[in-house]
Amino acid sequence: MNMKRRVFLKGTLASSAVAVAVSAGLLSPRQVLAAWPKSAFEAKNVNDALKGIYESDLAPASSDITVDAPDIAENGAVVPVTITTSLSNVESITILSEKNNTPLVASFNMTPASEGFISTRIKMGQSSNVIAVVKAGGKLHSARKEVKVTIGGCGG
Amino acid sequence: MANTIKIRAKIKGDVCEVKSLIKHKMETGLRKNSKTGKLIPAHFIQEVNCEHNGNTVMSADWGGAVSANPYLAFSFSGAKKGDSLKLSWVDNMGENDSTEVTIK
Repeated sequence: MNMKRRVFLKGTLASSAVAVAVSAGLLSPRQVLAAWPKSAFEAKNVNDALKGIYESDLAPASSDITVDAPDIAENGAVVPVTITTSLSNVESITILSEKNNTPLVASFNMTPASEGFISTRIKMGQSSNVIAVVKAGGKLHSARKEVKVTIGGCGG
Repeated sequence: MANTIKIRAKIKGDVCEVKSLIKHKMETGLRKNSKTGKLIPAHFIQEVNCEHNGNTVMSADWGGAVSANPYLAFSFSGAKKGDSLKLSWVDNMGENDSTEVTIK
């Protein structure tokens, strides 16, 4: 009986420590959320989304960026996308799916240590271009690849 | 919260390759519940942050269009075996998780 009480006490102590950690941690997510570019993620077209992130919608095509995605994606809910670039001083890489309800998928902020490489999986509502926009050395560059989607993955 | 992050970091040549899988349903807010016909509220990861020995090497802003149970791979230079790598995420409902591994 006593043993159980010890265990119980230990358990409550541990969980209260976790609660403290969480409440201390809650400060940072708030700050983080403030930085999240809401207007860009809610934009209904590619240009508005880019303006929301880069304050510019001009991104000339560059042959130094490769968008690796399947020609035909059977399931639009899981489309593997890999962006590689040989540009130097990559500051950020943004992935957009042109005809999604909200085209902006994800934006990756890189540091000088990062290699120009990002691989992830995205949802696509219908067949369209996957656009990669890379900011390198203060300039925007882009590349695109058409992906045909058999079953859309954005619901609705 | 149960651990939601699987991460592996490996040195290859002079760069460190990071591969991670996060367990998250990534609801867009556009899907309907097939029984009630009501929209399922959006619930997705907004911010992902990766730190190498305490310095951010990659941070990402995500929307609901990243697939469920997101996969993320990237690489960076300047790391060596035994360094620590921390990945954390925050979603739009304020939930968060983080995990720390040593680079192999």
